[in-house]
Amino acid sequence: MNAKITRRHTLAAFALAATALSPFAAHAEDVVKVGVILPMTGPSASTGREIAAAIKLFQAQKGDKAGGKKVEVIIKDDTGVADITKRLAQELIVNDKASVIAGFGLTPLALAVAPIATQAKVPAVVMAAGTAIITEASPYIVRTSFTLPQNTMPIAQWAVKNGIKKVVTLVTDYGPGIDAEKTFVATIKENGGQVLDSLRSPLKNPEFAPFLQKAKDLKPDALFLFVPSGQGAALMKQVSERDFAKEGIKVIGTGDVTDDEQLNNMGDAVLGMITSHNYSADHDSPENKAYVAAFEKANPGLRPNFMSVGGYDGMALIYAALDKTKGDTNGTKLVEAMKGMSWTSPRGPISIDPETRDIIQNVYIRKVEKKNGQLYNVEFSTMANVKDPFKAAKAAKK
Amino acid sequence: MLTVLFDGIAYGMLLFVLAVGLSVTLGLMNFINLAHGAFAMAGGYIAVVMMQRFGLSLFWGLPVAFLVTAALGAFLERTLYVRLYDKPHLEQVMFTIGLVFMSVAGVDYFMGASPQIVDVPQSLDGNIDFGGVSLNKYRLFVIAFCAVLTLALQLGLSKTRFGSRLRAAVDDSRVARGLGINVTTIFALTFAFGSGLAGLGGALGAAIFSLDPQFPLKFMIYFLVVIAVGGTTTITGPFFASILLGVADVAGKYYTPTIAGHQIQIGGFVIYTIMVLVLIFRPQGLFGRAPGK
Repeated sequence: MNAKITRRHTLAAFALAATALSPFAAHAEDVVKVGVILPMTGPSASTGREIAAAIKLFQAQKGDKAGGKKVEVIIKDDTGVADITKRLAQELIVNDKASVIAGFGLTPLALAVAPIATQAKVPAVVMAAGTAIITEASPYIVRTSFTLPQNTMPIAQWAVKNGIKKVVTLVTDYGPGIDAEKTFVATIKENGGQVLDSLRSPLKNPEFAPFLQKAKDLKPDALFLFVPSGQGAALMKQVSERDFAKEGIKVIGTGDVTDDEQLNNMGDAVLGMITSHNYSADHDSPENKAYVAAFEKANPGLRPNFMSVGGYDGMALIYAALDKTKGDTNGTKLVEAMKGMSWTSPRGPISIDPETRDIIQNVYIRKVEKKNGQLYNVEFSTMANVKDPFKAAKAAKK
Repeated sequence: MLTVLFDGIAYGMLLFVLAVGLSVTLGLMNFINLAHGAFAMAGGYIAVVMMQRFGLSLFWGLPVAFLVTAALGAFLERTLYVRLYDKPHLEQVMFTIGLVFMSVAGVDYFMGASPQIVDVPQSLDGNIDFGGVSLNKYRLFVIAFCAVLTLALQLGLSKTRFGSRLRAAVDDSRVARGLGINVTTIFALTFAFGSGLAGLGGALGAAIFSLDPQFPLKFMIYFLVVIAVGGTTTITGPFFASILLGVADVAGKYYTPTIAGHQIQIGGFVIYTIMVLVLIFRPQGLFGRAPGK
């Protein structure tokens, strides 16, 4: 009895295997897996949600084929903790055989993955994190988001042009904040301006009052602000409490502060605030109009922000690279294919610098205005094809 | 200078309303409730929902936040907390920290992770000039409100019948029971009231800080510092501790020296330094009674 069953089972298993194996094997060849690691929960969850929504939108629009292969996206949640990002990257590469990894909501998360990308020779597409040094951490890192120096330099130059002489900076005390501060301070000083003080607030800081009061008491011409995506509303709330305009102090910053996702909730206190950034949902181009409309249709109540375009363009880059290698998933070949790639994104023309694997893009100076009852960052001046100034300065020294 | 003091006092007052409930459960009921911040967050979100969905002003949001959080506190006390009163402290800590994580995930799921904005009523928006110092109206309101509340609490605890019953129940619950005091009800009411106060603090604070699902974790340290410095046996202890810490925190960050463009990051550590010093010299807290029993 027992023997019979066993034999029958074995036979059945063989039969199954015979029919199943061959198509499966062929199938696996034709699938390219893209492992996306994002903070989908925790304090940076808004970044994860924006990027995940953009990736879904991209695949819904462009289909799931690139370079003759089916592209399968696996999204994993690292909750914004670097240890988890690292572990997930390992799992994605070793267990899931991901050919490309992408995402990375914050600088420490991107840096944690760098050694893995180098060892496994797997391209890591940074869709969000903005500290300049990230692309130097591994030859397999390519970035489609932005760098803080890139987004900061234009507003500093704008300040100089508009007669701002004395400034105070207030940034969050971590990689991107310090990048923003250094770039702003350097640009102001080079142009004969004066930096009265550079304030840094702790990353987990509920109370901005003392820093803002100090900035106000120093009576600068302008106060420069940077906080990571998601904290802008809290900061602007306390900024509006202090009445900087009454003292004749202009409040300026990078677009992270007037993040599109939260801008509408910030109230009229932010009207007229001037920032520089790589993307505004209000950007006037047919590509962007189509993008915003499709994004808002797929995600009611959510406005696409700069994080979302980072994700959207990251997917565009991965697709284009696969097309170029005709489906070859060799990591080194993919990175080579990505270098120098250029295309028109919803944010405007962008390209990947072949030297640094970092993004080259337009940076816009914008002013918060009300349009149809909604607050938008309205662009009024463009600085074309900005390279990351941090790495440009390094290259110039060599 | 005066503005720094003013901001510090407003911050301290808020800390006090947020933490006083914890001082009651910890000091009077000898229960370690790390989930206290979750009640504060609940109050904040209730105010947000009332204002955003039902268009009420913050003035109505405050009492509603207090009542709903108190009811929530009473419900959880009757169903969950009551089982842990006589358990060791470690179990209480494990249980309440679990509650915190559940509340964080729950709020994240239902309300989203992005910070909520609470609009200050028109009448409290803006600043007034007071002898050359411009004071924010809302912070002024917070100070006045909390001062009245503190006074009421102190009187309530020392002068009313309920207050004396509560103190009796805490001092020796067996004897209190023997005298016909319904200790269970008193504890439940006190717990609910403490939770309600936390909710009120959360709603008041939401207009100054931002409110996001990480709130209980962000503020847990501050609560515990207030309780550690102020001691848990009185209302005045945590009150003065809150004011001291609020002012020290704001002033510490304001007066942090800048050397050659590099700020030394000691501003944020001032309150912890104070806590360490207090605990070295007065382990029972600034205003706590030395353990007599």
